[in-house]
Amino acid sequence: MDLVTKRKIINFIALSLSLSAMAFGLFWLIWILWMVCEQGFSSLSLALITLDTPPPGSAGGLRNAIVGSGIMVGLAMAIATPIAILSGIYLAEYGQTNWLGKTTRFVNDIMLSAPSIVIGLFIYAVYVTHLGKFSGMSGAIALALLVIPVVVRTTEDMLILVPNALREAAFALGAPKWKVVLMITLRSAKTGVVTGILLALARISGETAPLLFTALSNQFWSVDLNEPMANLPVTIFKFAMSPFADWQGLAWAGVFIITLTVLLLNVLARVLFRKTGSQY
Amino acid sequence: MNESHKRGRIGDLLFFNVTRAFAALTLILLIGIILSLTWSALPSIKAFGFGFLTSSEWNPPAERFGALVPMYGTLATSLIALVIALPISFGIALFLTELAPAWLRRPLGIAIELLAGIPSIVFGIWGLLVFAPIFGEHVQPWIAKTIGSLPVIGSLFSGPALGIGILAAGIILAIMIIPFITSVMRDVFELVPPMLKESCYGLGGTTWEVVWRVVLPYTRVGVIGGVMLGLGRALGETMAVTFVIGNASLLANFSLFMPGNSITSALANEFAEATPGLYTAALIELGLVLFVITFIVLTLSKLLLLSLEKQSGGKH
Repeated sequence: MDLVTKRKIINFIALSLSLSAMAFGLFWLIWILWMVCEQGFSSLSLALITLDTPPPGSAGGLRNAIVGSGIMVGLAMAIATPIAILSGIYLAEYGQTNWLGKTTRFVNDIMLSAPSIVIGLFIYAVYVTHLGKFSGMSGAIALALLVIPVVVRTTEDMLILVPNALREAAFALGAPKWKVVLMITLRSAKTGVVTGILLALARISGETAPLLFTALSNQFWSVDLNEPMANLPVTIFKFAMSPFADWQGLAWAGVFIITLTVLLLNVLARVLFRKTGSQY
Repeated sequence: MNESHKRGRIGDLLFFNVTRAFAALTLILLIGIILSLTWSALPSIKAFGFGFLTSSEWNPPAERFGALVPMYGTLATSLIALVIALPISFGIALFLTELAPAWLRRPLGIAIELLAGIPSIVFGIWGLLVFAPIFGEHVQPWIAKTIGSLPVIGSLFSGPALGIGILAAGIILAIMIIPFITSVMRDVFELVPPMLKESCYGLGGTTWEVVWRVVLPYTRVGVIGGVMLGLGRALGETMAVTFVIGNASLLANFSLFMPGNSITSALANEFAEATPGLYTAALIELGLVLFVITFIVLTLSKLLLLSLEKQSGGKH
């Protein structure tokens, strides 16, 4: 066999393997989504949003878990977004070269991938033990800590994309820097920042690990932030691990709701981002 | 100086300091996490010292704790995940950057990113209720018959085909980290100056040769950074592992078919029910160990990726 044929054969094998790797990746995505839809659809019913989580063997839904998740996720976003946007502004507008900016950027990138269960442990150690009980509030704080790195990162990236000419034009009119940042740069990077917020929202909607020992879970209806609060992920965990078929059915329904929410948020974020991406 | 000018300057000062305070908050948080975990783990650190890392005993009633079994579980599952995910991610990144027609790149890229967006609990319930039964019934007996009969490696693939276990957890982790490694690889492959690739094509190189001899050497550092990022994710993954690893805190043998325990699954299963005192402290020390390991891995990953950015930034 001459050298050229050999090289062509190697090339062909390598590229076929590359194609099969792609197929392999898509295979899992489709299989998982298919199972979630199939199992989820068959468990969907109106009772899901009208009844609370049942004891095994009786009819029930996920009302308290859905509401609890909504409260904690909403609260987490409300706490984290302003903090994250402000520190993103610092990184982009003041901290490009100084050590605080550099170190914060570095640490933030690491926190972005840090294990979420450790965040749960941290909140347990500093908040839950001092209060002496699990609570919805501690769950919301744990989720907030997961939102911050995502939003800081995207806010900074989006602000840097804003052309300097815009800033200079505003300065030339005599505007002070805080006005320039808040009313010119932040405003023109608005969709990008919203994209980051949506991605963060998608991330925490399905987070389970940090809630396990902060919010715990609650079999009953409760909107008291100082009590353990029901939430979808931990309920799914508990129900899926149980041997009861009706609990497993509810777990699939919950998984269906979460997956749908997360995927929709991801798609929405991408559609929005495409608009900003083409802006400059 | 007029009134509005003065207000502007006060506003500037205020704005600068407020944003700076919030930026510093991220740093304080990191230090806070390490300090508070160490503080809470102190009883266990005092009681077991360095032996915590080398003892395989996990005995809550007798209050004797060692981290060896969960540490082994975490490392074994992550390594399996890496071994599977690395070639696959490379293949996908190669496909997305060199092979796929332009109109297909974006949708396929988004599909892989969606895989990254699926919450880990979904992987968990799917792994436990769908994947594990099929895996245990059809795949494991086949692996045991083929690889299991080999001399040394065989003992890793022997034992009852339960479906759940360290191997199943590793495979599901692999699926979860493929998107992370792939997207880093794709991004760094795109950093390669087209001129370099075109030179190789111009000399008659095949696509594979361009990727293997030009793209990969140029982006080596970034690829390793991406792998480290995937490893960091795998080490800290909780729910998917907890569902399928089997949660046995005994290490009978090193067969990958056996159920085991990882740091994260031990925390997820035991923490809420642990008695306050030494038991809780030992679990928190486990978390601290995990945090330190992932912190080192992620820092390495970040440093490698930064050095690639600098290198290609300088050359352009």
